[in-house]
Amino acid sequence: MTEAPTTMTMAKALNEGLRKAMEADEKVVIMGEDVGKLGGVFRITDGLQKDFGEDRVIDTPLAESAIIGTAVGLAIRGYRPVCEIQFDGFVFPGFDQIVSQVAKFHNRSAGLVKMPITIRIPSGGGIGAVEHHSESVETYFAHTAGLKVVACSNPSDAYWMIQEAVADDDPIVFIEPKRLYHAAKAEIAEQPTPLYQARVVRPGEHVTVVGYGGTVPTLLESARTAAQERIELEVIDLRSVSPLDTAVLLDSVRRTGRLIVVHEAPQSFGVGAEIAARVTEQAFYSLEAPVLRVTGYDTPYPPSRLEHEWLPNLDRVLDAVDRIMEY
Amino acid sequence: MSEHVTAVHPEPDMVQLLTPEGQRVEHPDYSLDITDDEIAELYRDLVLVRRIDTEAIALQRQGELGLWASLLGQEAAQIGSGRALKAHDMAFPTYREHGVAWCRNVDPLALLGLFRGTNLGGFDPLEHNFNMYTIVIGAQTLHATGYAMGVVRDGAVGTGDPDRDTAVLAFFGDGASSQGDVNESFVWAGAGNLPVVFFCQNNQWAISEPVERQSRVPLYQRARGFGFPGVRVDGNDVLACLAVTRKALDHARSAQGPTLIEAFTYRMNPHTTNDDPRRYQLVGESETWKLKDPIERVRAYLTRQAGVSQAFFDDVEQEARKLAEHIRTGCRALPDPTPESVFANVHVTMPDDLIEQRADFVDFVSAVTA
Repeated sequence: MTEAPTTMTMAKALNEGLRKAMEADEKVVIMGEDVGKLGGVFRITDGLQKDFGEDRVIDTPLAESAIIGTAVGLAIRGYRPVCEIQFDGFVFPGFDQIVSQVAKFHNRSAGLVKMPITIRIPSGGGIGAVEHHSESVETYFAHTAGLKVVACSNPSDAYWMIQEAVADDDPIVFIEPKRLYHAAKAEIAEQPTPLYQARVVRPGEHVTVVGYGGTVPTLLESARTAAQERIELEVIDLRSVSPLDTAVLLDSVRRTGRLIVVHEAPQSFGVGAEIAARVTEQAFYSLEAPVLRVTGYDTPYPPSRLEHEWLPNLDRVLDAVDRIMEY
Repeated sequence: MSEHVTAVHPEPDMVQLLTPEGQRVEHPDYSLDITDDEIAELYRDLVLVRRIDTEAIALQRQGELGLWASLLGQEAAQIGSGRALKAHDMAFPTYREHGVAWCRNVDPLALLGLFRGTNLGGFDPLEHNFNMYTIVIGAQTLHATGYAMGVVRDGAVGTGDPDRDTAVLAFFGDGASSQGDVNESFVWAGAGNLPVVFFCQNNQWAISEPVERQSRVPLYQRARGFGFPGVRVDGNDVLACLAVTRKALDHARSAQGPTLIEAFTYRMNPHTTNDDPRRYQLVGESETWKLKDPIERVRAYLTRQAGVSQAFFDDVEQEARKLAEHIRTGCRALPDPTPESVFANVHVTMPDDLIEQRADFVDFVSAVTA
């Protein structure tokens, strides 16, 4: 993992990261719908089949359970599959293979068989898509023992995290916020941050706001706006949904006394609930206010003309900041 | 329902090499070059795996196992197919392939942990080239298909080197044939010309549902639509199962693609020890199948045609008794899981919060048991 390139979009960073991962280990195979000649519907695997061949970048039949189920067999045979699920909402036909097989295999085999499978899922909304193309599915997988769930929020993390995920011997659900694929170019860091570490992306003393993936730019924008009113938000990018880097959260909350959790996924039984529970258990006497959540609502994902109101956005986050400061 | 729907009947062209009466018969496509001594060893296998089954059922009745899925009646299908495998081939069982496990040198005791509740696996799938039992119906057929994709990428098909060319054998049942995973496996294996053989033990029942609930056509005919051959074999004929599976595996190893084998057999016992077939099977239904017993026909052949002596049968019985004793004493000695073991290998790299949960659980259990 050397020679980090310079400046690129998240889509390109993922592409370059996958290329590095394939160069690093000849057992890495990419599989999914349209990942070959087309380079994936988002072009994340653009050019990889041409350079690595059809044996390593596999255009699969349209069957998500089989994409995951055959990856299990490939892993048993010693391969390191990277599965692309074309859109978040299409992962459910593969759900059984993920939660019953991929997640449990290493445990059932008493550690004799590893499942070094990376399941890439372009996730979340905000792109004006039709239904089933804007879902946030991470909570299902974070709830499943044996899986790890990570989410990138910027090109540099995308570049490094995909390489770390592919090299990891545990199965990982890799959440890619699709609306950020081409949002902006950014510098690629020279060194990776360890995969399961949260990061304070903007320090602040008044309120901790935590998110991951597609919500992180919204949190940074909120922090800039709040700063104009002399409220300093500390923004934390979780990076890993499961395992949770509780230490970074607790350290921040012990300083600010106030915590807002933000995610696109529906509110109930979600990541926000888990974080609120942990912070309440471990930092109860540091809290100046209840933990608040700014999330998607407990509804199906809305028709896209309403999605920008439905999603956690600048106004909704700032409203929560106002409410939490009133305590 | 349409008037075109008909009951699923055994096909007249079902491959059979040994009749229920113990007569060897020839089949134009499936000749079997086998000595009487080799047939005698198949008989030994059949008797021993039936004994494993008998002992396990007894252990369940005594409260030593929580559950057991009996293979009674399916011994020939499992020994015939299992003995067709080469050591370097890979097999993917359901949870009933105790006979195939035997062929893969898995100690029967290693199968009992799952049913006793002492572990979730019990043996090394890679050491035996025999995957762990899979309980979710049909899921393992995709694992077999993916493994076959790996075999192709390793260049281990169609080289002509018998020590290198590798086939994969996927087991499933008539009930599983309705699962999406099984049909997706057929699609992938067909489209990819993969070296996998699908071995369906049609034992006529998926718990309480007869095979007519699963299919409008005989199961082996499904293969045609997926673009590879399907064949029905007498699943109670160990010689036919061996010949048909051996040919299909050879076909796969030489890069000619998948085959679906439907072994037509009968589940002589309840689905599991928890099942009650009196609620759904006709009285006497199994009586006609008793006449097709997979072991009796081999014994009849060995006795009447091959002149095998009583000493051989005594020896097999002696070995079965020893195996039974091994299972009875070994089962009770299987170690209970420790609180720590539940957390072991959930991940390769254990997260900190799980380490904390483990400590809590271990402390709690030791406190309440102190």
